[in-house]
Amino acid sequence: MENAIEVKGLRKSFKDTEVLKGVDFEVRQGEIFALLGSNGAGKTTTVNILSTLMKSDEGTIQVCGFDVSRQPGKVREHISLTGQFAAVDEVLTGRENILLIAKLRSVPKPAQVADELLKRFGLTEAGNKRAGTYSGGMKRRLDIAMSLVGAPAVTFLDEPTTGLDPEGRLEVWKTVKELAGSGVTVLLTTQYLDEAEQLADRIAILNEGKIIANGTLEELKKMFPPAKRECIEKQPTLEEIFLAIIGKGGQIK
Amino acid sequence: MNNTGVLTGRLMKHILRSPDTIITVALMPIAMMLMFVYVFGGAVKMSMGANVNYINYQLPGILLIAIASGIAYTAYRLFLDMQKGLFSRFNSMPIRRSSVLWSHVLTSLVSNMLTVVIIFLVALIMGFRSNAGILNWIATTGILVLYTLALTWIAVIPGLTAKSMEGASSFSYLLLFLPFLSSAFVPTETMPKVVRVFAENQPVTSIVETIRALLNSQPVGNDICMALAWCGVITVVAYIFAMKVYRRRI
Repeated sequence: MENAIEVKGLRKSFKDTEVLKGVDFEVRQGEIFALLGSNGAGKTTTVNILSTLMKSDEGTIQVCGFDVSRQPGKVREHISLTGQFAAVDEVLTGRENILLIAKLRSVPKPAQVADELLKRFGLTEAGNKRAGTYSGGMKRRLDIAMSLVGAPAVTFLDEPTTGLDPEGRLEVWKTVKELAGSGVTVLLTTQYLDEAEQLADRIAILNEGKIIANGTLEELKKMFPPAKRECIEKQPTLEEIFLAIIGKGGQIK
Repeated sequence: MNNTGVLTGRLMKHILRSPDTIITVALMPIAMMLMFVYVFGGAVKMSMGANVNYINYQLPGILLIAIASGIAYTAYRLFLDMQKGLFSRFNSMPIRRSSVLWSHVLTSLVSNMLTVVIIFLVALIMGFRSNAGILNWIATTGILVLYTLALTWIAVIPGLTAKSMEGASSFSYLLLFLPFLSSAFVPTETMPKVVRVFAENQPVTSIVETIRALLNSQPVGNDICMALAWCGVITVVAYIFAMKVYRRRI
């Protein structure tokens, strides 16, 4: 089995609106795949169908070799979902959040799993504080840590940095980059070009319910506007200025 | 079953960490009880006869009001889980989907029973006395649990469908009002015809009459059958409807 996710001819309508009009793509095992598109392009609908929360109207979708409509239970054993909003229980502590998922997934030694994940995501100190007191970036990190309990083969990250401040965004980027090479397959959706560029091995562009381009960044660069040679003076962007002032610029790359 | 237990444990932590929700829920019915007993009580007793223990008389109605306001929190907690994406998280995991809903229902039962105990204690201080035997107490508990279950399944529906926090909990005002249009606080005999017909045939009256009879060691008669039937019918109808909504929402 080479592909972790295979989507063929996926269609989905809500009442009269056709949201997905025949989507095809594959995600290889162990890669970070970005589904890039603007608001309303159908990214979340795609993720919801792939993670068995929604049923498709048409098309065949396999996740880890299982058909999502015929074997949703099997699919759920192999995936985890980090939805559009950090789905953490704000009354529980960070540690309790991870323990909760570990118990629900019947993972052996839940306490050890929780300690390891807290350490890996830099949350050991905050582990015994209520998740409600965390910053946006910390909540997202906890959210992703919860998704990795039980080592699922595929994890879906739906717009992991939407609504975060620049610092939180960098924290999450760092976290996602660390996932690469750990063997987990990541499908992430984003509306930010730079995010796809920073994180993904391959990128598919979803527009008005169809994949209009698909490939590595290099391939996409070759396909689209041909390279021009221009001589310009590069002004720092506001992001670079902001990061230079607060002294976190070094952490991006 | 195991997962329902784990998820119920999560929600019980919510309640233990903000005990103010239980106190807030208990406070309003206690205030009403104080008002009924110490403000209206004297006048009511004049028309009902001096040998009536009005604290005993009004207590069942107060308990039902407490439960009706308690389940508003169930709807609120469901709404929050829905909105925060926790439902999506749990439902994309290999656990039974209904266990998420059942954890909310069980939490509702536990928290409402805690409120009921608090109100019983306050009533004791105010002079509530019962000569009921253990079987009557068990039956009273049973009826209160069934009533809570029935109202909880009603609460699940707005909890899953509401668009705002206020919307999720405001339906409970209607349920809160029902005991006033029943025999909970005054006998129905003096009510105008239309009100009286409604009062005597709505669920709360038979439930109140049953609990009152049980606590005062009087024969429960036909009321207990009516009370059980009402609780059963409401639970089944609300459950079917709630499950339908739940399947559509996920």
